[in-house]
Amino acid sequence: MQKQGKKSISGATWVSLCLIVLVYVLVFIAEQVLPPTSMLFTVLKKGATYALIAVSMNLLNGFTGIFSLGQAGFMLIGAYVYAVFTIPLSQRMSVYQYYDGGIVQFTLPIFVAMILAGLVAAFFAFLIGLPVLRLKSDYLAIATLGFAEIVRAVFQWDKLGPLTNGSNMLRMFPNFNNFNLTDAEGHVTVYLSTLIPFLISGVCIALIVLLIHSGYGRALQAIRDDEIAAEAMGINLFHHKELSFCISSFFAGVGGAMLAMYQTTVQAKSFTSAMTYEILLIVVIGGIGSVTGSVISSFLFVACSEWWLRFLDEKQMIGTFEVPLLRNGFRLVVFSVVIMIVVLFFRRGIMGTKELPDLFRKRKGART
Amino acid sequence: MWNTVFPYLLSGISVGGQYALIAIGYTMVYGILRLINFAHGDVFMVAGIIMIYISASGMPLYVCIPLVILFTALIGFLIERVAYKPLRSAPRMSVMISAIGVSYTLQNLVLYITGGLNKQYPTIPWISDSVTIGPATTKIVTVVTPFLTIFLVVALVLLINKTKIGMAMRAVSKDFETSQLMGININSVISTTFVIGSFLAGVGSILYFTNYNTVIQTSGAMPGLKAFVAAVFGGIGSIPGAVIGAFIIGIVENIIKGMDVILFKSGVIARPLGLATFSDAFTFALLIIILVVKPTGLFGEKATDKV
Repeated sequence: MQKQGKKSISGATWVSLCLIVLVYVLVFIAEQVLPPTSMLFTVLKKGATYALIAVSMNLLNGFTGIFSLGQAGFMLIGAYVYAVFTIPLSQRMSVYQYYDGGIVQFTLPIFVAMILAGLVAAFFAFLIGLPVLRLKSDYLAIATLGFAEIVRAVFQWDKLGPLTNGSNMLRMFPNFNNFNLTDAEGHVTVYLSTLIPFLISGVCIALIVLLIHSGYGRALQAIRDDEIAAEAMGINLFHHKELSFCISSFFAGVGGAMLAMYQTTVQAKSFTSAMTYEILLIVVIGGIGSVTGSVISSFLFVACSEWWLRFLDEKQMIGTFEVPLLRNGFRLVVFSVVIMIVVLFFRRGIMGTKELPDLFRKRKGART
Repeated sequence: MWNTVFPYLLSGISVGGQYALIAIGYTMVYGILRLINFAHGDVFMVAGIIMIYISASGMPLYVCIPLVILFTALIGFLIERVAYKPLRSAPRMSVMISAIGVSYTLQNLVLYITGGLNKQYPTIPWISDSVTIGPATTKIVTVVTPFLTIFLVVALVLLINKTKIGMAMRAVSKDFETSQLMGININSVISTTFVIGSFLAGVGSILYFTNYNTVIQTSGAMPGLKAFVAAVFGGIGSIPGAVIGAFIIGIVENIIKGMDVILFKSGVIARPLGLATFSDAFTFALLIIILVVKPTGLFGEKATDKV
């Protein structure tokens, strides 16, 4: 899901691009053929959402070397901005039932609201970045974690109820199913509810990849590798960190909006630090510093947790023998053990720092 | 006025003492390994769960409590050996990720064992009894906590300043490599640190959960984070700093929780403002302010960066 573009486009890049287009075509075809209730689509939708969020976190942790743990906070802001501005007017009375229909009395188109979600998240990132980005590694981690907790508390404040609905749920806003094309009677003619999230996430990730390969991106990687040397080469540390922090938060905000669409409801209390940890672990499994790795591991992670490993949570019988240990929660234990093994023994993750085109290059090199 | 504030102040001091016991674990580990042990809050929670299961087996309390503390210390030791020792020469970010992984694992393990339900903490006779002090009625544990905390802290400071292992700890936290060259067994010093930290977290968990009654897999996260903030506030690496920071945070947090009632009763406001929502947020706001204004905390030593 990346485009390398610019100057000379190598064969490996073309192969990767074709592969990505092929994935999109397959998604489109699968959606028309398979029943829309299939587990596959749940995984694909959530996977696309997590892929974007994981890549945005990787931009900070993997490419800029800022160990930020505020992702859940920015996702929360994005999800709320999207939800608040897209709930249809006719539904506001029932959603904001304790606050007389809320104070926002207009709606924005879906895509405008998504971009706004990103912008608001980026604005907050700008503000919080001013003090926090001057801190060193682990202090920065804990300060951004604290920021996410503050955001969570503020959004649940009763006095902000007319805007955020207090600690109550936001719902009734357009979700992924609204992307399906329907005929006059409301029958779905073309299913797009999986393809569109793929496209949104794909475009955003492509933008991040372009940024990483630009001059700014190289400056960011220089900061990651050695702050002092980078500063000596004339890179303004603070400006570049702030830029990376805002951009990452922008996409985390858009990702939050997508998560809201996936869940169809939003509630501030679900955006805990555990959510940030989960995304961080996805990034680690994929390989810190690899966009491709983050994307692959997002889909793997979501597929395992929602689909493939579900059987671990239920009683299984082999003949008359009941498999021991299997009961609610066992899936997560297996998961945690796998993650610890990756963290301790395979620190490079799935991809290390390699990207998709590198895979084809290597194979070509082996042949000649 | 005083009659309204006093109960909040009292529970603030008590919670502060419990945070202090956790915060020491953070500050000692950070002092030696320069690692934020994200799993420490979960060790505290696991201590609560162990207590529930051990006391359910019907053993008398005077056996239960030492066992809980022993097991907690053992868990701290094992975590260090399994998850941090193999990464001793790895970049700091890897160790921190490993700590987050341990926290995730402990929470999921407890979720699996308990089925994700709130577990009732056993009642410990005497300290669960009610007592009335002036205008406030509270459990005896509230009164006992600050004294016990101060007693343990004094014992710990004596240990660090007067014994051989304490001297080794101080040496390792000053300079990791040099102390290794001087013949100090780094691994045993680090293990001792984790054992002491977990021991105090175990004691803290008995006091804390006697007050709050239920344990669930996420109960350790918030007290853990707050204790960490307390450690940073007091100057990370400094034990008295962590204790004072913890008491300040505990007190202010509880005052904010009761702010609505206090302001209402003293006639400043006519309607409640819902300020209690911010009792958690306050801690983190304080953290960010401290980090920006005085990153070394109240008692922290100034660290110099070498190029």
